[in-house]
Amino acid sequence: MANTLFDKIWDRHVVKSIPDGPSVLYIDKHFIHEVTSPQAFSGIEKRGLKVFRPKQVVATADHNVPTKDQHLPIKEYLSRMQVEKLTENCANHNIELYGLGHPYQGIVHIIGPELGITQPGMTIVCGDSHTSTHGAFGAIAFGIGTSEVEMVFASQCVLQTKPKSMRINIEGELPPGVVSKDIVLYIIAKISAAGATGYFVEFAGSAIRRLSMEARMTICNMSIEMGARGGMIAPDETTFEYMKGRRFAPVGAEWDRKVAEWKELVSADDAVFDKEIFIKAEDIQPMITYGTNPGLGIAVNSLIPVAETIPDEGERKNLEKALAYMGLTGGKSLIGMPVQHIFIGSCTNARIEDLRLVAGVVKGRKKNEHVQVMIVPGSQQVARQAHEEGLDQIFIEAGFEIRQAGCSACLGMNEDKIPAGEYCISTSNRNFEGRQGAGARTLLASPLTAAAAAITGVVTDIRDLPPVNS
Amino acid sequence: MEKLEVLQSRFYPLPAENVDTDQIIPARFLKATTRDGFGKNLFRDWRYLNDNEQTPKPDFVLNQPQYSGQILVAGKNFGSGSSREHAAWALLDFGFRVIISSFFADIFKNNALNNGVLPVQVSEQFLTRILQLGPEATLTVNVAAQTVTIDETGEQETFEINNYKKTCLINGYDDIDYLLSVRAEIQEYENLASH
Ligand code: SF4
Repeated sequence: MANTLFDKIWDRHVVKSIPDGPSVLYIDKHFIHEVTSPQAFSGIEKRGLKVFRPKQVVATADHNVPTKDQHLPIKEYLSRMQVEKLTENCANHNIELYGLGHPYQGIVHIIGPELGITQPGMTIVCGDSHTSTHGAFGAIAFGIGTSEVEMVFASQCVLQTKPKSMRINIEGELPPGVVSKDIVLYIIAKISAAGATGYFVEFAGSAIRRLSMEARMTICNMSIEMGARGGMIAPDETTFEYMKGRRFAPVGAEWDRKVAEWKELVSADDAVFDKEIFIKAEDIQPMITYGTNPGLGIAVNSLIPVAETIPDEGERKNLEKALAYMGLTGGKSLIGMPVQHIFIGSCTNARIEDLRLVAGVVKGRKKNEHVQVMIVPGSQQVARQAHEEGLDQIFIEAGFEIRQAGCSACLGMNEDKIPAGEYCISTSNRNFEGRQGAGARTLLASPLTAAAAAITGVVTDIRDLPPVNS
Repeated sequence: MEKLEVLQSRFYPLPAENVDTDQIIPARFLKATTRDGFGKNLFRDWRYLNDNEQTPKPDFVLNQPQYSGQILVAGKNFGSGSSREHAAWALLDFGFRVIISSFFADIFKNNALNNGVLPVQVSEQFLTRILQLGPEATLTVNVAAQTVTIDETGEQETFEINNYKKTCLINGYDDIDYLLSVRAEIQEYENLASH
């Protein structure tokens, strides 16, 4: 029986299978944050238990943290309580916490990889759907609910039914102006926001192999937005190169031994998937969403679909509802439409490479006076590196507001919100109604497209942005 | 977890598709550190005009007095989006034990089951049939038989649930009870894998 990458890792982590039920799956790394863990801690405490394997748990505070004046106490009472509760729980259970003020603090899916905690072949969970991000290293990584967080605390295992397998192959060369965010928005627009429900996706093909680790993480991050349980990419030299020398990566002989092991983590040539999708990289253009789920996306220079032309009644109503919420009209182009906010951040696009992409566009320019631009590094380490590379100076000169690490305006939970009715081009992953604040209208796009709009103040095709000195 | 064997109840119809977890419970209400009390903010932005004043939107189904019951009937792809279990807690806290839809998002399905809320997946046609019924109509969900029945007509469909989950639901025990019972095997696995 030919093995997929997923099968190889899964099989190695099954402690036992319940007949006609799920498997007991052993978890190597468990990330936690303040929002989805408190009820799990109180759950095991009610049972009189301690965390079973505290050394395999890593914690950070990201969702509820302010992105300004992080040295001061959190102003909002409930947010502060949640963060304090995390600190207390981690202390009680001997869990390593990279909380506010720690040089490693940041969005959980950014710090795991950058610290070398995320490694190929692992099983990784977190009470957060975008745990799929870590799959970019060739790990089985997926989001879990709080009851499952409690399970991992109690037993270092979760009960899981094996998902179906899907491979999405992207072959060829990406056109200029197209980056990994566009690839993933393109896939979701093509297969819909529920197109991969029930599946675990492996991304493969020459276009994927050429991507950097940061770019691969962006794609795996949004596999959840196509409905998938998670996404993954086989590790290769790019992976090992990225990992080498990171804080918790193996060293010396152990490194060599591990790399040899990791090289085996590929789908066999004759591996069979439940579903395969083939995409030509040449077909992908800079993408943007116009609706209220990530599947409602188009090439930035094309027209918003017209509801009347959609035969399926449910879909038609959906689209009408989405367009009404967004204040947009079918049949029109988004190009040239004024936006009020640009948000560059989130676990999708707040890594150093994303900041470099943005800096490349805005260097020597100023933002449009009618837009507010917020750029939020994904972690303290990203912020430091951006500073060392002088990127922060470029952003300041452009008139951007640089914030401190956290989830920020990706979700309307902390202080950073988009006002009702206003448009925001966001590099995050969700455009649901109210996601960035009640009534906020989110257009998801790549860091390049966000940067272009920051300069012009309107939805812009990055390929049409004139060079600086013309 | 509370047992669920047979439930006969009226239902609330919510025909919208792709109801995501941000609608079920908006992020700004996720700050509690206990599991209780989320029901009052269930579908908050659809249910109330704004946060401060508790002015209900009269056209939203949970605000319409003719509807009642422990069953929610929703359009396809219910529970997509974030993995927040708060969505399941909010539904349970409001009083729902069964959600019927023609399609559920994966994580939501797990979260619901882990809290004793049963997601019942039916065909598009059956869903449409249910949504055509009046507010007095009742449905019967039988977990052991894996059936959902429209009581007034006897129309029935079966639904899928794996045997393990079914046993848990009928007996009211949860996954943690089970995992604790196999801890010895987990340790043995750790020794073998030298984790
Ligand atoms: S950045 Fe956004 S999507 Fe990512 S973990 Fe934070 S809230 Fe979730």
